[in-house]
Amino acid sequence: MALRGNLRDFTITQLLNLINLASKTGTLVIDGVSEQAHVSFREGKLAYARIGKEDGNLASVLYKSNKINANQYKAIIERAGQMSDKELGLLLINAGYVSREDILLNLQAYFTDQLRRLFTWVEGIFRFENEMLPPDDRINVRLDLENIIIEGSRQLRELEQLQDEIPTLDMALKFTERPLTNVNLSVDEWKVVKFVDPKNTMRQIGKTNKLSEVEIRRIVYGLLQAGLVELVRPADAPLPQSVRPLAPQEIEDKKTLVNKLIGRIRSL
Amino acid sequence: MQTVKMVVTGPFSAGKTQFIQSVSEIDVVATERRISSEEERSVKNATTVAMDFGRITVDEDLVLYLFGTPGQKRFDFMWEILSEGMLGFIVMVDSTRPETFREARSILETFRAYAPTPFVVAANKQDMDDAWELEDMGHALRLDKHTKLLPCVATDKDSVKTVLLELLYSILSEMEGK
Repeated sequence: MALRGNLRDFTITQLLNLINLASKTGTLVIDGVSEQAHVSFREGKLAYARIGKEDGNLASVLYKSNKINANQYKAIIERAGQMSDKELGLLLINAGYVSREDILLNLQAYFTDQLRRLFTWVEGIFRFENEMLPPDDRINVRLDLENIIIEGSRQLRELEQLQDEIPTLDMALKFTERPLTNVNLSVDEWKVVKFVDPKNTMRQIGKTNKLSEVEIRRIVYGLLQAGLVELVRPADAPLPQSVRPLAPQEIEDKKTLVNKLIGRIRSL
Repeated sequence: MQTVKMVVTGPFSAGKTQFIQSVSEIDVVATERRISSEEERSVKNATTVAMDFGRITVDEDLVLYLFGTPGQKRFDFMWEILSEGMLGFIVMVDSTRPETFREARSILETFRAYAPTPFVVAANKQDMDDAWELEDMGHALRLDKHTKLLPCVATDKDSVKTVLLELLYSILSEMEGK
């Protein structure tokens, strides 16, 4: 079944969030206004990315990051044209030009930059291809998405959209079961995280930290997108008059009523 | 005569009126108006502006009312009124229209803020080829693992019955936890 839509309705960070939480494997293909992007994932982690004609081969990535010089780059293109990135990587490591870490770190940085470019895309049709994996001759990385998601969420500025995402500040936050490790948070984000507790509403957290409604919404939105927190009703929130606590006999009466409803619906 | 109510909410054109129609013993009392906006008219011609109203009689002493909320945000002043005293609520989402998921999330959070009432999410149009998978929808709607996300076809009575029953089971299990 389809995982497809339009970037106008579903932002890149929301897509990354979904891929991350669902631990998806496959390739996100985005037809932008003037370019096409392919971003591949394995079990919810970034494996590979390319936009447009820039295919991100290992030689060009290492050259752009000054790990090899212009002459070396030229020689590789001339002599190792048919070689896969994996073979080329081994050759460069064995020749002592670069280390394995150099290769992985530079590819990670390159793929992350490609994703950052996508944050500016607001128009485009996307689809997720479960069967499509990165080309065999490319080196894949394995990069957690949380930090990229938080970074992308920081760019969401429109108040209207933030209000859609978080309609009321009178709800509280609690941590999800995902561990809060290796996540790069800003000072303001840490200030909010410090007060994450079902007893504190977002409004209270914002007030305590002297954050405006837009600021607290933006920070919470990023934490939600990264799957680090979830919205809950405040632990000590007053119940509406119509939802007063029931006495034991009333609970029994209500159970009888619900069982009657169940019987009736079954018989429809 | 005792009456209880459940609310069916969700974005514009999610299938709320059809959902109620599939199980109501009376023709749904619909307060529909012709749509003036060109964009919305491309989806359907008439929409609910106040509420839909369906009925299921349990016995001579008990009647269940199903209220459908208007989907468009400009009618959200009706939501709190309709939610008062509800037994539980159902959030309908069109599985083929990811452009409505953001609004569905917003409606869900708004209703959750009104009262700690049990709810389920019904993923409508799961019989269509371009429907999103339930797991993807769950993440897109930001549902926690305890929230029931149920496949649904609002035109199919059995499918609607399953959704209503799942909500009632949630209500029962919440009471048993007390």
